[in-house]
Amino acid sequence: MEVLPTLWFILIAVLWIGYLVLDGFDLGIGMLMKVWAKNESQRRVLLNSIGPVWDGNEVWLVTAAGATFAAFPHWYASMFAGLYIPLTLALLALILRAVSIEYRGKSHSQIARNLWTWAMAGGSFVAAFTIGAMLALTTTGLPLNEYGDRVGGPFAWLNGWAILGGLAVVGISLAQGWAFLTLKTLGAPRAAGNRQLRRYLPLYFLPAASWAIMVVMRYPKVSAWAMLTIAALGLAVAWLASGRRKEGLTFTGMVVFIVFGVGAIFTALFPNVLPSTINEAYNLTVATASSSDYTLTIMAIVTAVFFPLVLAYSVWSYWVFRQRLGEQHIPESVVVTPV
Amino acid sequence: MDPLEVARWQFGITTVYHFLMVPLTIGLGIVLVAMQTAWHRTGKEQYLRMTKFWGKIFMINFIMGVATGLVQEFQFGMAWSEYSRFVGDVFGAPLAMEALIAFFLESVFIGIWVFGWGRVRPRIHLTVLWLAVAGSVVSAYFILAANAFMQHPVGIEYVDGRAQMVDFWAVMTNPTLLIHFPHTIFGALAVAGSMLLGIGWYHLWKRRKEGIDTVDDNGYVVVGTTGSKARDEVDYKGWRSSFRWGGWIAIVAFLGTAFTGHTQAQMMIQQQPLKMAAAEAACHDGTGFSVLSVASRDSDGATTCDDVVGVFEIPGLLSFLAHNDFTTPVEGVNSLIPKYQEAYGTHLPDDPRYGERAGSEIEYLPIMEVTYWGFRLMITFGGVAAAAAAFGLWIGRKGTVPHDTTLMNMAWLSILAPFAANSAGWVFTEMGRQPFTVAPNPDPTGVDQVWQFTAAAVSPGVTGQEIVFSLIALTLIYALLLVVEVVLLVRYTKGGHPAGMPELLADEHNDDEDKPSSDVLAFAY
Ligand code: HDD
Ligand code: HEM
Ligand code: HEM
Repeated sequence: MEVLPTLWFILIAVLWIGYLVLDGFDLGIGMLMKVWAKNESQRRVLLNSIGPVWDGNEVWLVTAAGATFAAFPHWYASMFAGLYIPLTLALLALILRAVSIEYRGKSHSQIARNLWTWAMAGGSFVAAFTIGAMLALTTTGLPLNEYGDRVGGPFAWLNGWAILGGLAVVGISLAQGWAFLTLKTLGAPRAAGNRQLRRYLPLYFLPAASWAIMVVMRYPKVSAWAMLTIAALGLAVAWLASGRRKEGLTFTGMVVFIVFGVGAIFTALFPNVLPSTINEAYNLTVATASSSDYTLTIMAIVTAVFFPLVLAYSVWSYWVFRQRLGEQHIPESVVVTPV
Repeated sequence: MDPLEVARWQFGITTVYHFLMVPLTIGLGIVLVAMQTAWHRTGKEQYLRMTKFWGKIFMINFIMGVATGLVQEFQFGMAWSEYSRFVGDVFGAPLAMEALIAFFLESVFIGIWVFGWGRVRPRIHLTVLWLAVAGSVVSAYFILAANAFMQHPVGIEYVDGRAQMVDFWAVMTNPTLLIHFPHTIFGALAVAGSMLLGIGWYHLWKRRKEGIDTVDDNGYVVVGTTGSKARDEVDYKGWRSSFRWGGWIAIVAFLGTAFTGHTQAQMMIQQQPLKMAAAEAACHDGTGFSVLSVASRDSDGATTCDDVVGVFEIPGLLSFLAHNDFTTPVEGVNSLIPKYQEAYGTHLPDDPRYGERAGSEIEYLPIMEVTYWGFRLMITFGGVAAAAAAFGLWIGRKGTVPHDTTLMNMAWLSILAPFAANSAGWVFTEMGRQPFTVAPNPDPTGVDQVWQFTAAAVSPGVTGQEIVFSLIALTLIYALLLVVEVVLLVRYTKGGHPAGMPELLADEHNDDEDKPSSDVLAFAY
C-alpha cells in the first residue's frame, strides 16, 4: 500500500469534513436569513453570529482544493473539468454570498438590503447544493475515458446521486446552522434552533445518511460499516440531547455524525479517488492520481508544522467571540453621509 | 466555439480582475499596519481615525479579493486540466501551502481584527493586524512562486511526460521569483500610495472649499474647525498625514518598481529572450532602446516584424538595460525565432491532445502590440502616478492643497494610474510568455523538455459552450460587483473619518438620548 498517497487521501478527507462542519453552519445561517429571520434585527443577529469566523471557515474549502491539486493533480484535473457547470454555479454562489456578508450592512436602502439577503440565502443554498452534488459524484464516479477526461457533454454528470448529495449537504448545513444558533445566540433564534432540532433533527440528516449507507453498500468494507455505526450513534445522541435541551451535546453528536458519516464514505471509496462509470480500469485511484513521493513528503512536513498552528489560532478566534449574541447587542446600522 | 480562445479570455479576465483587488489589499494592509502601530506608539488620535477610516476602505476591497480569489483556486482544474496534470506535481504545492500558511492566517486574523476593537487588548489587537497582513504578503510570495515556475521552470525533472519536482528549495528560491516578488510588492504599494494621496487631497481640498481651512499671506495653512468632531483639527491632521504618507509611498514604490524592473528585464533576456525582443519590437539585433516604434500594416491587417520602424531610439540604452553596458547587442526577433524553431519545433506534434491544432505551425512571436504597449503602459502609468505624487507633495508643502477643482479631480484620477500599471504589467508578463504556458528553461545545464504549449494546456473534455457559459456569467457578475464596490468606496471616501468612526457624529446628535449600553458590539454588519 502506498503510505504517502494514503496519508494524503486521509488529509483531504479531513479537510472536507472540517469544511462541512465549519462552513456548514455558515451556509445554514445564510439560508436561515431568508427561511427563518422575520425582521431586520434578527437578520443582523444571524449575520453577526458568523461575522468574525466565516471567512476562516471558507478557507477549508480553498485548502481542500489546493491540497487536492498538490497531492492528486489528476483528481483535481478530472474532477473540476468534469464538473465544470456545477462548479461554476458553486463559485458564482460563493462569490455572491461572500460579498453580501460584507456589503449588506453597508447598504442604505431597504431594497438593497433585501437583495443582499436574497444573495446570501440563495448563494448559501446553491453553494451547499452544488458542493454536495460534486462530493457525491466524486464517490460514485463520472464518465471518464482512459485519459481521465469526461465524455458525454456538459451534463453527463447529472444523475440521482448528484441530487441526493446536494440535498445531503443542504440538510447538514441547515441542521448545523440551527445548532450554531442554539450555541451562539440569545432569545428567539436560540429557541427556534432548539425547537427545530428537537422536532426535525433526523429529517435534516436523512439524505446524508442515505447517501452514506448507499455508498458503503456499493463498496462494502467492515471499517466503513463500523464508522457508519458510530455515526448513527452520534445522531441518536444528538437527537436525545436535543430533546433535553443539552445544546452542547446536540452539536457534538451532530459533529460525530458528520465526521464518521463522511469518514465512512471516504473509507468506502478508498483506494479510488474518482471512479469512472465507463470502465473500472479508468478509475482514478490513490496510486494513479497522486503526486511523487517527494512532493507528498514536503507537503506532509509543511502540514505537520502549520496545520496544528491553524487549528490553535482558529480555536482562539472562537474563544474571543464566545459571547452569545442577542438583538440587544446589535448597534444601530450605520448610515454614511458625506462630511 | 474554440475552447482554447475562450478559456484564455476567461483566465485573463478573471485574473486581471482579481489583481485589481490584490494590490490594494497588500498595499493598504501594509499601510494600515503602519497607521495602527503609529497610534499605538504615540497615542495621537489622528492615527486612530486614519486606521479606522482606511480599515473600512480596506475591508470593502478585501472581500472582493476573497470572492474573486476563490475562482482562481479552481480554474486551473476547470479549463486547464492538461496543464494541471502536466505541472501538478510542482505547481500545486505552492498553491496548497498558500492556502494553509497564508489564507488561514489572513482570514482568521482579519475577522478578529474587524470585530475585535475593544474586545481584545490593544496590544493584541495590533498584533492581530500584523499577522493578517503578513498573511497577505506571504500569500503573494507563494502564488508568485507558482507563477515564476511557469516563466522559468526550476527544481524539476521530466518524468513520464510530466514535470516532477526534485528540489522544492529551488522552486521557492527561483531567481525569477526573488525579483518578481519585490516588484509586485512595490507595485502594490504604488496603488496604496496613490490612493492615500488622492483621497487625502480630496478632503484637504474639501476643507478649503468649505472655508474651514484657510491660508495666510505666505500660503501656509491656517487650520480651522466647524465645531463638529467630524471637521476638527484632528480631522485635518489625519488627512494631511494620509496625503503626505501617500505621496512618499507612491514615490518610493515607483523607484522600487523601476529598480527591480530593470533586474527583471535583464533576467528576461536570459530566460525568455523572445518576450523581451517582442516588448521592444526589436526585429534586428541592436543596442538602442526604442521609446516609440510604429508598424505599418500589411494588406491583410497583420503586422509582421519587418514593418516595424523605430521612431525615436535612444542608442545604447537597450544594451544598458540588458547587460549594463552600451555596446553588447541584444538579439532581435529575426535571429531568435529560428533558434526557437530549432529547439522546440516548427509545428505542433501530431498528437491528439492538440485537437484540431495538431500539426499546425507554431507562432513563437507573442502579439507584439500587446507586449510592446503593455511594457510601456506599465512604466508610463507608474511614472504618471509618481509624478503626480511628487507634484502633490510640492504643492502641499505648506500644509494644504489649492482651492482648485481641476487639480483635485486630477488627483482623484491619478488613483487609477497604478491600477492600470499593474494590469499592464501582468498582461505583458503573461501574454509575452505565449505560445507557452510553461516557458522552456533555456539554461543548457537546466531542465530539458519541461515546457508546455498553451494549445496543449486546455481541458480536452470540456466543451466550448461550458467555458462560454462561465465566461459570460463571471464577467457579468464581476462587472456588477465592480460597480457596487466603486459606489461603496466613493460613499465611504466622502464620509471621511466618521465613516470609519460613526461615534464622531453620534456624540453630537445623541447627547441627550440614553447612552448605548456597553453590551452593544463595537462593530456589526
Ligand atoms: C501577488 C499577489 C497575488 C496573486 C498574483 C494572486 N493572488 Fe489571490 N489573493 C492575494 C494575493 C494574490 C491576497 C492579497 O492574499 C488576497 C487578495 C484579497 C484577499 O483577501 O487575499 C487573495 C485572495 C485569494 C483567495 C481567497 C482567500 C480567502 O478566502 O481568504 C484565493 C483562493 C486566491 N487568492 C487564489 C489565487 C490564485 C489561485 C491565484 C493565481 C492565479 C491568485 N490568487 C493570484
Ligand atoms: C494576478 C496577476 C495575474 C494576471 C493579471 C495574469 C494575467 C493573465 C492573462 C492576461 C492571461 C491570458 C494570456 C493570454 O491569453 O495570452 C493569463 C494566462 C494564464 N496565467 Fe496569468 N496572470 C496573473 C497571475 C497568474 C498566476 C499567479 C498564475 C499561476 C499561478 C497564472 C497562470 C496563468 C495560466 C495558467 C494562464 C492560462 C494559459 C495562458 O493563456 O497562457 N497567472 N494570465
Ligand atoms: C520603470 C519602471 C519599470 C520597469 C523597468 C518594469 C519592468 C518590468 C518587467 C521587465 C516585467 C516583466 C517580468 C517578466 O515577464 O518576467 C514587469 C512585470 C510587471 N510589472 Fe513592471 N516595471 C516597471 C514599473 C512598474 C510599475 C510602476 C508597476 C505597478 C505599479 C509595475 C507592475 C508590474 C507587474 C504587476 C508585473 C507583472 C508581475 C511580474 O512579472 O513581476 N511595474 N515589469
